[in-house]
Amino acid sequence: MIRVDNISKTFDGKAVLTDISATFDEGRANLIIGRSGSGKTVLLKCLIGMFEPDSGDVWYDANRFTELDSDQQRTFRQQMGVVFQGGALFDSLTVEQNVRLPMDFFTSWNRNEKKDRVNFCLEKVTLPGVNRLFPAELSGGMKKRVAIARAIALNPRYLFCDEPNSGLDPQTAIVIDKLIREITVDFNITTVINTHDMNSVMEIGDHILFLSDGAKCWEGSNNEILTSGNKVLNDFVFASELMKRFK
Amino acid sequence: MMRLFQNLGRYLIFIRRVFSRPEKHSLYFRQVFREIDKLGVSSLGIVAIISFFIGMVVIIHMTTSISNPLIPAYYNSFTTRDVLVLEFSSSVLCLILAGKVGSNISSEIGTMRITEQIDALETMGINSASYLVQPKIIGMMLIIPVLVIISIFIGLLGGWFIAVVGNMMTSADYLQGIRFDFHPYKVFYTLIKSVVFAFIITSVSAYHGYYTQGGALEVGRSSTLAVVWSMILILISNYLVTQIMIG
Ligand SMILES: Nc1ncnc2c1ncn2[C@@H]1O[C@H](COP(=O)(O)OP(=O)(O)O)[C@@H](O)[C@H]1O
Ligand SMILES: [Mg+2]
Repeated sequence: MIRVDNISKTFDGKAVLTDISATFDEGRANLIIGRSGSGKTVLLKCLIGMFEPDSGDVWYDANRFTELDSDQQRTFRQQMGVVFQGGALFDSLTVEQNVRLPMDFFTSWNRNEKKDRVNFCLEKVTLPGVNRLFPAELSGGMKKRVAIARAIALNPRYLFCDEPNSGLDPQTAIVIDKLIREITVDFNITTVINTHDMNSVMEIGDHILFLSDGAKCWEGSNNEILTSGNKVLNDFVFASELMKRFK
Repeated sequence: MMRLFQNLGRYLIFIRRVFSRPEKHSLYFRQVFREIDKLGVSSLGIVAIISFFIGMVVIIHMTTSISNPLIPAYYNSFTTRDVLVLEFSSSVLCLILAGKVGSNISSEIGTMRITEQIDALETMGINSASYLVQPKIIGMMLIIPVLVIISIFIGLLGGWFIAVVGNMMTSADYLQGIRFDFHPYKVFYTLIKSVVFAFIITSVSAYHGYYTQGGALEVGRSSTLAVVWSMILILISNYLVTQIMIG
């Protein structure tokens, strides 16, 4: 469980997040949605300590993350897996080395144990047999999946995904979404996903936080989102012709 | 001026992070050898070519400028040797390497920054500055003195080649000259310089790459800044070390 208490963040005097509070439970897909520039990435980076909020607190279960210093935060992050928007795979390492890197650093497993774990993670994201390829040789969807495999390498308790399916075709996007939710439920981890994709929202939106201009505008689930009556949310949800017809 | 001090402060903090205790020594050790291979050994070709040609040109200058019958012929190769040992093979060579190696380091790390690979390392709990930069600095400080020694030998070989082929002096005179009045201290001095230059090139370039913000355009800009600043600092430190050790 991750809890956010009254977080605010400004850049050069410009308010990017204002007074956001929320709770993200384990075992379900927690979505942060909103238009481009609404502050999703900044909020995610505040959660994982890549940005320091101006005020407010972040709690990881019983740990007050925001009171740790940067070295302690880094150590704490060994319990987190993060999937970045572009995948952020290490170009100079093969797929296998990418997934193995966290193990090289933080485990004392031997070569075979690491290899087994790498293969387990790659199978989990349905990508067996690509161990020796370099990131440049992978398609967009494969990169995202390798990034997920790397994020779950050390059995994280917390998983963060920044627009995991941006730039992917709708079918692949849904495969990725379902994969993330499946991992979340199977391992009972706390997962936070940034997205602006309504398909993902309808598919896996167990718990949704809607941001508008850096403020929490609405909170609920995908069952409630179509009938919320919230004007700003409706503008976002029913932006496309398809969703309008659906209404 | 303010910016300069800001950069200096940030640079010092960066260096402190680079040299904080590594998480896992075995990993760093392997990286050092990889960097020596990637940055140092791959520069052997350019070092050989430049040194050979400069050796040829310097001996031509010496024989045509010092054509006083009172001065023995071996003085030509004696002065050539000192030019190579004292300045060319350390200072000039490192200025050239600043262009080649510096831009390489800065663009590699800059690209990792803008594609969130550095963020990915940090979120895994890895000290990115230390993991990425420390092996480069140590590797370069080990390999550049070797390149300097190689450069001296190849430069002397180039001089010998043109002196003998061009009938400027006899092989015996040439060899006598390069052994005449030889002080190992001068080689020591030039090696010390090259270690200082190696540190400057690597750390300054890594610094500029590490703090790249934006996109591909800024990566290019960081590379330029890295090379320019490396060169300026090489020149300044060349003066300082010479003043201290020779002056
Ligand atoms: N490092 C930064 N420095 C200054 N402003 C930033 C920074 N990162 C993000 N912003 C600003 O914060 C706002 C929210 O950005 P972001 O969280 O990336 O939006 P998104 O919801 O698309 O992920 C934007 O207006 C952006 O310009
Ligand atoms: Mg974003």
